[in-house]
Amino acid sequence: MPGTGSEAAAPGARDSSLPARAKLAVTAGKVAAAASRTVGRGSGSVIGGKVALKLDPDLLAKLADHLDVVLVSATNGKTTTTRLIAEALRAAGPVVSNALGANMPAGITAALAGGSDARYGVIEVDEKYLAGVARDTSPKAIALLNLSRDQLDRAAETRMMAEKWREGLQDTDAVIIANADDPLVTWAASSCRRVVWVAAGQAWKEDAWSCPSCGGVMQRPGDDWYCQECGFRRPQPHWALQGVHVVDPNGAAWPIQLQLPGRANLANATSSAAVAAVFGVPPQVALERMQSVSAVAGRYDVVSYQGRDVRLLLAKNPAGWLETFSLIDGPPAPVILSVNAMDADGTDTSWLWDVDYERLAGHPVFVMGQRKLDLAVRLEVAGLQFHVVDSLADAVRMAPPGRIEAIANYTAFQQLRKVVAG
Amino acid sequence: MSMPPPPGYDPRQQQHPQQYQQPPQQQQQQYGRPSRMSDSSLRLVWIYPDLLSTYGDRGNALVLERRARQRGLAVSRIDVRSDQPVPTSGDIYLIGGGEDRPQRLAAERLRQDSGLARAVDNGAIVFSVCAGYQILGHEFINDLGQREPGLGLLDVWSTRGEGARSVGDVLAEPDPRLGLPTLTGFENHQGVTHLGQGVSPLATVTAGGPHGGGNGDGNGTEGAWRDTVFGTYLHGPVLARNPAVADLLIKLALDVNALPPADTTWYDALRAERIAATGQPA
Repeated sequence: MPGTGSEAAAPGARDSSLPARAKLAVTAGKVAAAASRTVGRGSGSVIGGKVALKLDPDLLAKLADHLDVVLVSATNGKTTTTRLIAEALRAAGPVVSNALGANMPAGITAALAGGSDARYGVIEVDEKYLAGVARDTSPKAIALLNLSRDQLDRAAETRMMAEKWREGLQDTDAVIIANADDPLVTWAASSCRRVVWVAAGQAWKEDAWSCPSCGGVMQRPGDDWYCQECGFRRPQPHWALQGVHVVDPNGAAWPIQLQLPGRANLANATSSAAVAAVFGVPPQVALERMQSVSAVAGRYDVVSYQGRDVRLLLAKNPAGWLETFSLIDGPPAPVILSVNAMDADGTDTSWLWDVDYERLAGHPVFVMGQRKLDLAVRLEVAGLQFHVVDSLADAVRMAPPGRIEAIANYTAFQQLRKVVAG
Repeated sequence: MSMPPPPGYDPRQQQHPQQYQQPPQQQQQQYGRPSRMSDSSLRLVWIYPDLLSTYGDRGNALVLERRARQRGLAVSRIDVRSDQPVPTSGDIYLIGGGEDRPQRLAAERLRQDSGLARAVDNGAIVFSVCAGYQILGHEFINDLGQREPGLGLLDVWSTRGEGARSVGDVLAEPDPRLGLPTLTGFENHQGVTHLGQGVSPLATVTAGGPHGGGNGDGNGTEGAWRDTVFGTYLHGPVLARNPAVADLLIKLALDVNALPPADTTWYDALRAERIAATGQPA
């Protein structure tokens, strides 16, 4: 499943303040996690959290009780943004976070149970669980970055997700930090009392041509958007991404200097700066701290494999691929594409046809993964030259000189990481 | 075999009854015409990508374009947004899959815009998938749980399945009159489609589908067709998995029996893989 990270539940000083039942649950969770690690089934954070939640269903609420919590949810960018916000808030005090992407209630519980004397909880939440986690953790802030099609063979419809958010969050006391450039996010957030609007941009537009409120056809001149039929329109942003600067509500522009590449991460940094401000961390301090982040759960990592530099990039859905294409090195940089269709990826590969692979023209392209033949047909129809290969080793051996960009979807990405780790 | 219409269903109340009750002589006349293409360009019309393009439906347009161009044809593709009129002069119309609410909106707008029905009257080819297929029928169940009238261009009507959604790979053997090889695709729908006398099943399901796959009508059928109008539940996209179907649509548009060959190496490899994978018991 996406978001099964590997943080272990370390002993935490806060345990002493928990009620007896919650304490027992945390302990039992740790035993289960240790057992899971022993039998080699992974780091055990998720199973630990599951055992603990079963013993005390209110555990998440109790664990979050002493924290100032911010929740981060989106289709894309939530792990990276969680990391950026965590770095920013460390300027104000200790932070506990599910930094490796275990983003469903069990994984979140495990991460918080491992939180020591943290003051802030920075929590990535799977889109489907956001309303429930928001109820349990009484967050001070919730960041909503974007919504787009993803794993349609098992996930809810994209607009239904926005509706779930809208209904689940309408009574929250949290400050919502929402992307004003995403009509679905805007619609989800616009019933909330306190919203900070961020013009973070949105390259992918194909899921919001129909007004989420009335179904009318959306007009999208330039960066603006509005519905001619019901008047639903882009709100006036308080914060904005402009080029490589964050513009704050006072109109001051702060340079973003990230190690992380791409427009999407500039957008993530902008939202993170807006979140940090809710917690009293000024944008210049927040942005400076974000500079230290170089890779997130292996994403954007440049590794050495068989004497070649390979940059590992994760792209799980059409919106993610679009952002990824905009950050890779230009031709003739070699590009490896790897696509799987396991349960965690979605078993329907139709989405490949929503991705503009035509943009890879001029790159030497190598195709691998469980569904390399689907990719081969896609690239043939795009009129590209490409090689179908059986392994990363083969692709790297055949690739002309230069840093290699390896783009993979969820389980294919995990497999690449394993291969390069030896 | 086809199921009786649902209670309260009256074909006479439908939108375009005349279009699915054409006497055979008229069909003969249509097929006897010279090529419909008035110039050398194949006019491809993609209906409502803003509403009905959820499951990689763009792929069907891209494959058609590619395979037509490989035969030296010029192609002009018109993507018709749902606030624009549907042109009547197209050669091939594509209408894709979508979520429940966009499907209702698309049906509402297409009923008001008679362009597609007029194009079919002129002999245009229509290829519809999933939500689009249901819209071409007499009625379907919309996102509000109500019976939504369709366009009546295919003599089918859709109800909502009782069980879990039909999700997964499907294999089906096409109607032999179409001269097509095995169909492979990926279905993902809740709807059940019942076929009337005015259509034939596009294919018969041979593998996949927890609930029988395809139309789910209990007869093992998949999709429906009559004359130049086709409907299927298969995504994949279906034309990428079945380039012979794309070629059939092009042949119908040109009114020819054969096309110059075009390479199918990667399509064939993909088909072999999917056919083998789908044929295996889960």
